[in-house]
Amino acid sequence: MSIILDKVNYSYSEGTAYHVQALKDINLKIEDGEFIGIIGHTGSGKSTLIQHMNGLIKATSGGIYFHGQDIYDEDFNMKELRSRVGLVFQYPEHQLFETTIFDDVCFGPKNLGLDKKTVELRAFEALRNVGFPHELFYQPPFDLSGGQKRRVAIAGVLAMKPEVLILDEPTAGLDPAGRDEILGLISQMHKELGITIILVSHSMEDVAKYVDRIIVMNQGSVMYDGVPKDVFRQYKELEAVGLAAPQVTYLMHELQEKGLPVDVDATTVEEAKESILAAFR
Amino acid sequence: MGIIKTKGLVHDFIRRDEDDNVESITTALDHVDLDVKEGQFIAILGHNGSGKSTLAKHINALLSATEGTIWVDGMDVSKEENVIPVRKSAGMVFQNPDNQIIANIVEEDVAFGPENIGVPTEEIWERVEKSLGAVRMTKYRNHSPNKLSGGQKQRVAIAGVMAMEPKCIVFDEPTAMLDPNGRKDVLKAAHELNKTKGVTVLLITHYMEEVVDADYVYVMENGKIIMDGTPREIFSRVEELKAHRLDVPQMTLLAHELRQAGLPIPNGILTREELIEAIMKVK
Repeated sequence: MSIILDKVNYSYSEGTAYHVQALKDINLKIEDGEFIGIIGHTGSGKSTLIQHMNGLIKATSGGIYFHGQDIYDEDFNMKELRSRVGLVFQYPEHQLFETTIFDDVCFGPKNLGLDKKTVELRAFEALRNVGFPHELFYQPPFDLSGGQKRRVAIAGVLAMKPEVLILDEPTAGLDPAGRDEILGLISQMHKELGITIILVSHSMEDVAKYVDRIIVMNQGSVMYDGVPKDVFRQYKELEAVGLAAPQVTYLMHELQEKGLPVDVDATTVEEAKESILAAFR
Repeated sequence: MGIIKTKGLVHDFIRRDEDDNVESITTALDHVDLDVKEGQFIAILGHNGSGKSTLAKHINALLSATEGTIWVDGMDVSKEENVIPVRKSAGMVFQNPDNQIIANIVEEDVAFGPENIGVPTEEIWERVEKSLGAVRMTKYRNHSPNKLSGGQKQRVAIAGVMAMEPKCIVFDEPTAMLDPNGRKDVLKAAHELNKTKGVTVLLITHYMEEVVDADYVYVMENGKIIMDGTPREIFSRVEELKAHRLDVPQMTLLAHELRQAGLPIPNGILTREELIEAIMKVK
């Protein structure tokens, strides 16, 4: 197992009029190699939760364990944790700053104190892993398209060789082609590099298509935690908290109500197609 | 002539080095012709970099054409004396809500626009009242915009544009940075403006679901209009859209896949209700 959260609580501005309890008694176990989606409306605690996982925010109470080690122990190496649990923020392209793409990707590993040759090898490998064209390596990052800039930013985190990669809405603001590109890339990194992926997303359709497990956050608590089919079966409860199931789920439920024998657990276009065709066979 | 009309509109972005020599020319708009009738709800689709936002900036006289002409409400935008009147008749709402809010209090932010165009004080407050009501933000009139959600900020920005009483509003990807609820609220506000006040709306987006209710759709690529028609006409051309790496609404895609697999489902399905009806007819 890689990360355990044990009764984690977090409050902002405790003891003042602005006191907000952002996380309430969170218990989670994240295993190696999982592909997890975190959903929840704005303000539900998603971003606060993921920042706990690499120690950027310290829990008000409760414990977090990384490979069995308490990360709040005095002799725990927090810096190492941050390189092993990589976090890609929203709009990561706003954080590109170096004069060339290659230098930008080198920044992370350089800060780990590695020698120059290792740093460059890692940057090279990371850029190759995100499918970045070689001829652009030494160009300034600022002329790239949104999707390409985001690739560079993800490569910057990959160059730290994380075991867990957390991405906060990695497709926000991208057009459909850019969105498919980034999600395809993430899924490929999960398969080929064996990295544990935690994806924060607003899009139920994307979550349904890619992840193996969904964690639904609501008002600072975990509302559901399970495989997509089980979670989306609760579509009425999800709606009550400002979320929704993929559109396909609604279609399948309505078809079943009208008497067509379809599988209401279908969450993607492909699954729905197969199930509807089967109903007519 | 429609409220917005362009004829052979071209826009080149020219990049120069330190010695003023031309380094590169990017053609963002390549002979664009469009004609928007007053009161329509128009959607413009296309990738990042297809020229959508450049077109929007021309409508608001923020850019001037390299070639061709654009008329807003009958006025030639390229004429110096028309710039201010054009900006009064065409308002604009941008992508990032944080970049368009300037005041400390919601109602003052909404009042900023009409104040700048010299509306008498009494009337400003009337307009602020009406505009905040129209986007359902009256409750927050004395709040600080900092504490609002993205969708709420965007609705304040819309109220600010409305208070200038433009004939037409250009929305440049107004929902790109919002969550699903924020997106719904902002779209609803745009549709209400169009229906109840007769404001012409140009919605630039890459969310296909937002296009379904428009009167007419233009699809742009590489600065050209490559497809235009009603949403139903556009979304019956699934293969063509896919070839341009554009999305189709999920229900349209499923209908298309089912038809390909041999079910007799008609072309151009847009909504869940239509697809259910079509599937139930198959039996």
